[in-house]
Amino acid sequence: MDRRDALKTLTLIGSTPLLAGTADGATRGGEEFVGVLVDTTKCEGCRSCEEACAAANKLPAPPKDDNVMASERVPTPGQWSVVNRYKTSKGEVFVKRQCLHCCQPACASACLTQAMLKTRQGPVIWREDKCMGCRYCMVSCPFDVPTFEYDKTVPKIGKCQLCYSRLRAGKKPACVEECPNEALLFGTRRELLEEARRRIYRNPDTYLHRVYGEHEAGGTLWLYLSAVPFEEIGFRKPVDNAPLPQLTKEFLYAVPVILTLWPPFLLALAKAIRGPKDKESEAGDAQ
Amino acid sequence: MHSELTAQGSLLQRFGRKARFVLGEFRPKGELLTPFNILSLPLIVLGLFLIVYRFVYGLGSITNLSQSYPWGLWIGFDVVTGVAFAGGAYVVTFMVYILKLEKYRPITRATILNGFLAYLFYAGALLLDLGRPWNVINPIIGNSFGVSSVLFLVAWHFLLYMIAELIEFSPAIAEWLGLERLRRLLRKLTLGAVIFGITLSTLHQSGLGALFLMAKTKIHPLWYSEFIPVLFLVSSVFAGLSMVIFEGSISQRVFAPRHLPASPAADHAEIVFGLAKICCATMFVYLFLLGLVLVHGNHWALLGTGWGAWYLVEVLGFVLLPCVLFAHSLKVRSALLARVAALITMLGIIINRLNVSVIAFKWYEPVRYFPTWMEIEVSLAIVLLEIWVFRWVVKRMRVL
Repeated sequence: MDRRDALKTLTLIGSTPLLAGTADGATRGGEEFVGVLVDTTKCEGCRSCEEACAAANKLPAPPKDDNVMASERVPTPGQWSVVNRYKTSKGEVFVKRQCLHCCQPACASACLTQAMLKTRQGPVIWREDKCMGCRYCMVSCPFDVPTFEYDKTVPKIGKCQLCYSRLRAGKKPACVEECPNEALLFGTRRELLEEARRRIYRNPDTYLHRVYGEHEAGGTLWLYLSAVPFEEIGFRKPVDNAPLPQLTKEFLYAVPVILTLWPPFLLALAKAIRGPKDKESEAGDAQ
Repeated sequence: MHSELTAQGSLLQRFGRKARFVLGEFRPKGELLTPFNILSLPLIVLGLFLIVYRFVYGLGSITNLSQSYPWGLWIGFDVVTGVAFAGGAYVVTFMVYILKLEKYRPITRATILNGFLAYLFYAGALLLDLGRPWNVINPIIGNSFGVSSVLFLVAWHFLLYMIAELIEFSPAIAEWLGLERLRRLLRKLTLGAVIFGITLSTLHQSGLGALFLMAKTKIHPLWYSEFIPVLFLVSSVFAGLSMVIFEGSISQRVFAPRHLPASPAADHAEIVFGLAKICCATMFVYLFLLGLVLVHGNHWALLGTGWGAWYLVEVLGFVLLPCVLFAHSLKVRSALLARVAALITMLGIIINRLNVSVIAFKWYEPVRYFPTWMEIEVSLAIVLLEIWVFRWVVKRMRVL
């Protein structure tokens, strides 16, 4: 730990916690965030992304039978990516669900050990050696994404890592690579937003004029295009557009103020008020 | 040379005597087969067994926690509620050591002991809830400081506050061991520890509320507001003092003949009235704040729903009612009534903290969380264990 880090740490212990994420919410450390654009009009529900995800992350193989889509599923500790089937006003729609990787993630700002970490490239990853299993990330996530292995002696938090190790090796996320219908598109978040708007502009009657994930929870790396209202395809959780870490900002900013002003005030008060014990000497005891 | 050796010898002898004394103190004092012991011992043993079982087979083996409800009774009751009840220590030390209200000096040590043990056991219960407790040192050592986390702040403050309370209580320990010089030294640290302790308490009592700020869309709007930290802080004052009134009235009955001078009951009643007055006033402030939050959030319509009724039960039945009862107890000079009010207040705090952390959390889910009997039993065992330790200390050190 160099001197600057040491100083920073000292100020931070019990005082000035800073907020994760950046002001514009799209970059970090000068690097552009990557992401995935999901075009739900192109997905045919083959679920090869589920298989690719399991293989890439060494998770148990997903169920072969397509009947699992009869009821809505959510990601689990053993399956980080699920495809759901919805009966909508415009027929059957398949939607892949996984961690959305917020630009300013609540889970990472909630994590007291930085086990949940917002990387420079954008993926929010979970680090086994740091996590103490408090599950505050699960309490804080507006999408209820992180899952916990309640039946394990040594439990892990399970969620999509956006194939961080593959990205580092210059590869695409496994699910994107395996998608036969080009329903998934990988790129920088900025490019993906432009592409999403282009598709809406070219096909104004096909698409809903909204990109889910552009503003939700301050913006997410996974972006969704849809032909039907998002409520019809499983995006029902009420989510604010403001980044969630902002909700604790005011409290955390008050901390150093109280930590520095309270003690001198209390000391002054204690010295200003003369009790009977002050007049006597040491003899007076705490009892 | 010779004298040095004897000095060392006598030091060793003295240490040996102290060690024998401490070991001797572990022998039970008083009757063993009391109804309380007969009832509590099996529950504690069962609780300890369940804790071992939980660590072997995972959290899901004995709890009803799920992907939808990551926090249950152990966090909502043991940690969030338990720490509110421990708030008496910072309020009483403020009154005695800062404001020099000598009247409350007789209850100081018991309150600090109670607070310290509450943190030790209830905040300690947090470890049971951690999936990977061996990593609990990560936020304290090493390079993984999650400084943007409210939980990081709360964890550090728990730790530091336990140290501060131990320092505040340490003169009693030195006295017990007959170490007069050490006692005088430790006594000099008291004011510093008190000031540090009050500062830490202000921050982590409110911090426990701030933990839930990011669960904005998950907590029922009647319980969620950006003022949760302030509400938690203000309510910790009367939660802690009600605990002091409650604990004091029991301690008086159980331990009084050993330590107190003549006519202690009258003195204690005066203390109870003083505390009742503070409770009444802070509860009034709290009610006022609740009113502001309700108006600010424009949640009038929600009061007509089932959740609104439950909210009104909490606010009217468990805040307004005890507030009025406290006021009435002062008017008719009834310590009993003040104790009843304290009990209702404590129930209200349990309801409030559980509402925020468990009951009104994910209120819209079709499948709700309800603790297993094993979760309840472990929580009970922790409370009983704390009472055992409290009793052990009170019977040996000059606390009351």
